[in-house]
Amino acid sequence: MKKGYFGTFGGAYIPEILHETFRRLTEAYEQARNDPGFWQDYLHVMENYSGRPTPLTFAENLSAHFGRRIYIKREDLNQTGAHKANNVMGQGLLVRRMGKKRVIAETGAGQHGVATATMAARMGFECVIYMGAKDVERQRPNVFWMQQLGATVVPVTSGSAILKDAINEALRDWVGSMDETHYVLGTACGAHPFPEMVSWFQSIIGVEARRQILEQVGSLPQRVYACVGGGSNAMGIFQGFLDDPQVELVGVEAAGEGIASGRHASRLASGDGRQGIAHGYRTLFLQDDDGQMRETHSVAAGLDYVGVSPILAHLHATGRVRFEAADDREVIAAIKMLMRHEGLIGALESAHAVARAFAEMPSLPREAIVIINLSGRGDKDIFTIADALDDPGWRSFILDKARQYQNRPVNCLPPARTSEP
Amino acid sequence: MNTVFSSSLETRIRNKADSMQIMSHLVLGYPSLEENRLVMDRMVDAGVHMIELQIPFSEPIADGPIIARANQESIERGFRVEEGLRFIAESVLRYPIPILIMTYTNIIMARGMEAFIKHVADMGVQGLIVPDLPLEEAGPALHWCRHYGQGHLDWIRLFTPTTPDARLHLLGREASGLVYCVARRGVTGQRTQFDPALMEFLTRCRAATHVPLALGFGVRSRDDIVSLQGQVEIAVVGTAAIEIHVAQGADAVGQFFAGLM
Repeated sequence: MKKGYFGTFGGAYIPEILHETFRRLTEAYEQARNDPGFWQDYLHVMENYSGRPTPLTFAENLSAHFGRRIYIKREDLNQTGAHKANNVMGQGLLVRRMGKKRVIAETGAGQHGVATATMAARMGFECVIYMGAKDVERQRPNVFWMQQLGATVVPVTSGSAILKDAINEALRDWVGSMDETHYVLGTACGAHPFPEMVSWFQSIIGVEARRQILEQVGSLPQRVYACVGGGSNAMGIFQGFLDDPQVELVGVEAAGEGIASGRHASRLASGDGRQGIAHGYRTLFLQDDDGQMRETHSVAAGLDYVGVSPILAHLHATGRVRFEAADDREVIAAIKMLMRHEGLIGALESAHAVARAFAEMPSLPREAIVIINLSGRGDKDIFTIADALDDPGWRSFILDKARQYQNRPVNCLPPARTSEP
Repeated sequence: MNTVFSSSLETRIRNKADSMQIMSHLVLGYPSLEENRLVMDRMVDAGVHMIELQIPFSEPIADGPIIARANQESIERGFRVEEGLRFIAESVLRYPIPILIMTYTNIIMARGMEAFIKHVADMGVQGLIVPDLPLEEAGPALHWCRHYGQGHLDWIRLFTPTTPDARLHLLGREASGLVYCVARRGVTGQRTQFDPALMEFLTRCRAATHVPLALGFGVRSRDDIVSLQGQVEIAVVGTAAIEIHVAQGADAVGQFFAGLM
């Protein structure tokens, strides 16, 4: 198989000006991968900075409720509250190796942006985050944190002003700045070597989860569930079990307002994804007959993306991973149930995996073992989740707060580090 | 096969007496195909030597803000590739100069690589510029261009300042029609310094290929073009013309190009 390809998916469809940059990045990545010392450094950083290994929590109450044994992989306990930390810290170490001083990243919901900003602060890199102007409005708290961490947040107004446009804008920065800049892509997508490299850093999830379930239960799970946006958390946990054919792997996409409504972000489970090339790689995209990318919809901004990891597209084609979708309504119900039964506040993205797992419990034999990857925590997304839950108390709090701000003069505010493109 | 022209793109370029030729650029459907037609008439009247027509794509990664926005607005106003191709076919017949297509890989793939290339070869399009399809992935595209173009449809290769000499030669050896030289790092529409570093890059380009050189990215004025005299055969003017069109209309675009000659 051609390098960087997974079946017919993947590749590197990049402008000529970036050819040399990708050649050097691939070389640095391959050297790091062949250097056991690099992975040791990585494990050390993740242990000391991000609290790894994250626990595999036995969900006692849900298990009693469903009559199946449910284990939850706690990626929500990472630094910045999501699996995103695994990828950015890994790429940060690679940036150091390459001797670059500036990092850029795209972000949709803001999680990857915040994670990148913490990494840049910790490692001493200049940091610029590209974020769709619509997402800047929707995810103000994450913009606030990125700025506090010292990053410059650039609102992207081109295209539909969402995640895919932020990716394009980051690429535009990179074609001008590649000599001193590394682009920290946030998921297992994009041109080679990103899908493979990001999956490698995320494989820490699956390696831990496999060891933990064997320690705790003494056997492998029947099924592993993970939500799929770009696909990095799913790639992370699935890699622990790819060579165990008895473990069924289930990727859960966002059905948004329902597959039939057309307002969703399901590329694989819906059957709506068509093979195409954009953002540097070949995969199944949600696109129209002309090849223009469609708008996607999901209550979870982190799953709201037109493409999907070429590695997952391949695992879908081979049948190794089964893909399903959960709609916004099911996700809200699941997030509530997870809070009430286990005291876990999951991210809306991760709740897709939870919702699908709950829906499939009756199809499993009693006492069957499943693992759900809780890729992120939800409490930091209080604005989004309170909106999704339509909570009246929260609404009146925000209205009161707004009135207070209106009545208070603005004085001595530090300059915001948002700049226009 | 192409029955419209009996001469290849390279021959048509070399047969012109002008020491510096101008390639202009349009985003189809921006602001409308009717306006595109008006602007093209003015460009050709002003003496433009060839025109690059961009079929809009929703993810134009190699374009700067002005052209990217033009892509998006065209799509939002309902642009369809089918009518764009009809417009291109009409353009080939209407103007006595070579017409090239610029677009992104996905637009071609959506119709099928072979079907798209056969279609545009039959129309008489003389070049395809696809910035996100690198040499390593361009095998089938090159094959179909040769097969259906029969020497009249060229796959246009790009040279950039970050391309090492060995790769310039790899790209340049089998180039046909012309080679598109990207003047600097970055996307379209930003300022380019017409300095010794650029001239040194163009010297490297010249040594790497036998076909005419076109320089694009940031060419905006008569002064820019004068400074390229003797260095390249063709100057590509894109973003500047869109800016003038938006601000001052089609007639002003004609005057702008007349002033560049």
